Amino acid sequence: MPEDLNWAIGGEAGDGIDSTGKIFAQALSRAGRHVFTSKDFASRIRGGYTAYKVRTSVDRVDSVVDRLDVLVALTQRTIDENTEELHDESVIIYDGERSWDAEIPEEVVGLDVPLKSLAEDAGGAIMQNVVALGAACAVADFDIEYLDSSLEKRFGSKGSKLVENNQQAARMGRDYVYENYDHDYPYSLETTDEDYVLLNGDEAIGMGAIAAGCKFYAGYPITPATAVMEYLMGRIDRFGGTVIQAEDELAAINMTLGAARTGARAMTATSGPGIDLMTETFGLVATSETPMVIVDVMRSGPSTGMPTKQEQGDLNMLLYGGHGEIPRFVVAPTTVAECFHKTVEAFNLAEKYQTPVYLVGDLAMAVTEQTFSPEEFDMDAVENDRGKIVPEEEIEEWLDDEGHFRAHANTEDGISPRALPGTANGAHMSTGLEHDELGRRTEDTEVRVEQVDKRNRKVETAREREDWSAREFGNPDSGNLVVSWGSNEGAIREAMAEFDIDARFISVPYIFPRPDLTEAVEAAEETVVIECNATGQFADLIEHDTLTRVKRINKYNGVQFAADELAEEISAVFDGVEPEVTA
Amino acid sequence: MSSETQAHFTDFKSDKQPTWCPGCGDFGTMNGMMKALANTGNDPDNTFLVAGIGCSGKIGTYMHSYALHGVHGRALPLGTGVKLANPELEVMVAGGDGDGYSIGAGHFVHAVRRNVDMTYVVMDNRIYGLTKGQASPTSREDFETSTSPEGTKQSPVHPLALAFSAGATFIGQTFSSDALGHAAVIEEAIEHDGFALVNTYSPCVTFNDVDTYDYFRDAIVDLEEEGHDPTDYEAAREKIMDFDTVYTGVLYQDESSVGYEKRLGLSESMADVPEGAPDGADDLVREFY
Repeated sequence: MPEDLNWAIGGEAGDGIDSTGKIFAQALSRAGRHVFTSKDFASRIRGGYTAYKVRTSVDRVDSVVDRLDVLVALTQRTIDENTEELHDESVIIYDGERSWDAEIPEEVVGLDVPLKSLAEDAGGAIMQNVVALGAACAVADFDIEYLDSSLEKRFGSKGSKLVENNQQAARMGRDYVYENYDHDYPYSLETTDEDYVLLNGDEAIGMGAIAAGCKFYAGYPITPATAVMEYLMGRIDRFGGTVIQAEDELAAINMTLGAARTGARAMTATSGPGIDLMTETFGLVATSETPMVIVDVMRSGPSTGMPTKQEQGDLNMLLYGGHGEIPRFVVAPTTVAECFHKTVEAFNLAEKYQTPVYLVGDLAMAVTEQTFSPEEFDMDAVENDRGKIVPEEEIEEWLDDEGHFRAHANTEDGISPRALPGTANGAHMSTGLEHDELGRRTEDTEVRVEQVDKRNRKVETAREREDWSAREFGNPDSGNLVVSWGSNEGAIREAMAEFDIDARFISVPYIFPRPDLTEAVEAAEETVVIECNATGQFADLIEHDTLTRVKRINKYNGVQFAADELAEEISAVFDGVEPEVTA
Repeated sequence: MSSETQAHFTDFKSDKQPTWCPGCGDFGTMNGMMKALANTGNDPDNTFLVAGIGCSGKIGTYMHSYALHGVHGRALPLGTGVKLANPELEVMVAGGDGDGYSIGAGHFVHAVRRNVDMTYVVMDNRIYGLTKGQASPTSREDFETSTSPEGTKQSPVHPLALAFSAGATFIGQTFSSDALGHAAVIEEAIEHDGFALVNTYSPCVTFNDVDTYDYFRDAIVDLEEEGHDPTDYEAAREKIMDFDTVYTGVLYQDESSVGYEKRLGLSESMADVPEGAPDGADDLVREFY
């Protein structure tokens, strides 16, 4: 398993844990090392335990593991929360001068570094975390110049003095360890010439939206989707767009719908509770056949649930939510990089089929920062397909005998022409009422059936025309089949590779329409579906599709799967042992 | 509609016959809206009409333009999205007192303070008509309906005061059967740069036997005849806070108002999408090094 170093910093919310972790992750990325980060945070602004974990290797890393090598502990709770992940070569960096008496587990090395007073010497107590980063560089035998570069990126805009002070603080931390402790730790971080980018799922979704030509975003802040809005704010305007912080989720989706009706590529993002509020308008979006992308970054539910914890519990709502029957697409990226590609694809699907698209992420993927080759975000490969927009010179073809534009023309593929406002002779009304080809209200039984069939036919057309394939890993001939969706892919791949699990692994990025797994399930002796929810919503779909019982590994304690934990559970299933559901 | 020829108000009329009750105030409200749109140089191809739910919401079917008929109470966010994404469109939003001041009251306050350039015509008949006669947020406290058999026992919403307190830049009020006066105020609302509220008394002849044509005819005080200066903030406040008098005309206008879309620097339609990623998108990736 590629785990040269598992590092973490933990303390109370408000201690700057997040930015300190990010600085270290960026330094590693700049050193040509792969990084996978995870966050443990409480739903409060100040106080409450918070940790930022960084796993780094020269090889690609795709998941978290239950192991910590170097821990920067700003509070006793940081140590207590992570005791089980510590081992006999773990090192804890702490500040013994602070008001707590650190209780360091017996088998672990504790390095008492006066973080605060060294920071004060360097120019301010606020830099104590950076002193700790310097100390960590000494322990991990990591060239501090990469940290310099990362500090420059973080503080450069605030002036060179601040950058220099921080760089000095880091050196004081490093030198303190060199001078006061034998440094024969078993860690040494090799560097490479690779240039990686470091980003999380929310950022990848935002970048994908801009790449797809999205110019309008309206949203309401909610964990863990807010970072999409924060990313777009200040960036989308460079491309002629705007971000609106609406008064609530109802306003957000309605503003997005209004913008989409003008022909703009428009998007909103929220989390489960926000999807609840948007669901009424979602029906209008679909019935008025308006292209729109709605992002749901899932968190633990129901109701307010655990807002800062992982879960994949919204699937049924996205598939079935709303009164009446609503054609829709549900697309679920499986990695941070796929968040970018699937966002671009979501816009194309929405416009080609004039149907709303749910793009489903989850908290683990949204906040995970991961390194990639920049080629994985190849802007030259982006293709935007706008579907059937009717230019002014072709509008005549779509007018009825009385000159009315047939906005819901009953075509063979179910897709009607679109006249964008401003197009001469294209004026028409759009409504959530059942309507005829012109968009006018009707209760005519035949027209009702015709329009319902027409809208549903778009899905059939899309099934034929689009590639709804899944991502495959492992041994294609194995009798053991693992199926998953969303962000579990990385942990499953690592578990299989590192623990030599013989299985075929199908990671499904499309929930509706979805690839037909009947053949794969029938060919397998044993199938297990892995997901972060209690009831196995995706496993239910697979059983429904394939008429075959599948086994399930479910986790719903709020924490994403770890590779080593999964390895045990998958092996147990294939060895005929029923897995214990983790609660 | 070519831009060289001035549209006639009948160009905004669809060939659908309204199903409003005979004598409904909404006929006059709609006529005034169409006249005002034509008189201000608009045509159906550059006009976007957003309608809410209820009798008022049917207007999108009877008028002809690009239009969107929303879900209950959400007309203003729809109009906001339309105008921001294409500031070249003339955006008019129509709704009723229930749609705008009850289920949509939250959006109303925020639309006012956001000040997007659009005209909001509320057909206020102080009753729920389409659901057959229940109390509305503007119903009088003693008004007896199927859901308020002993009166509402609640103070009515005062839409003009609500708008004023939220920072409105244009507040008008009209009476739908005063054809000329009604259309004239909507024209001024269209030409106002920012959010313009026009509260239009549009009597329900079927369910409201208190707030009738006769009542309004007697009660109305025409602000123009009074010589009211809508740009005088204090004078406007005095009229707006006088809940015992039914004023018509422009009660308040902030002439220095600048629409939100302009303050955001938006002027063009966002409908253009490049075939690939937009120029400069590579920089977005570079930021993550």
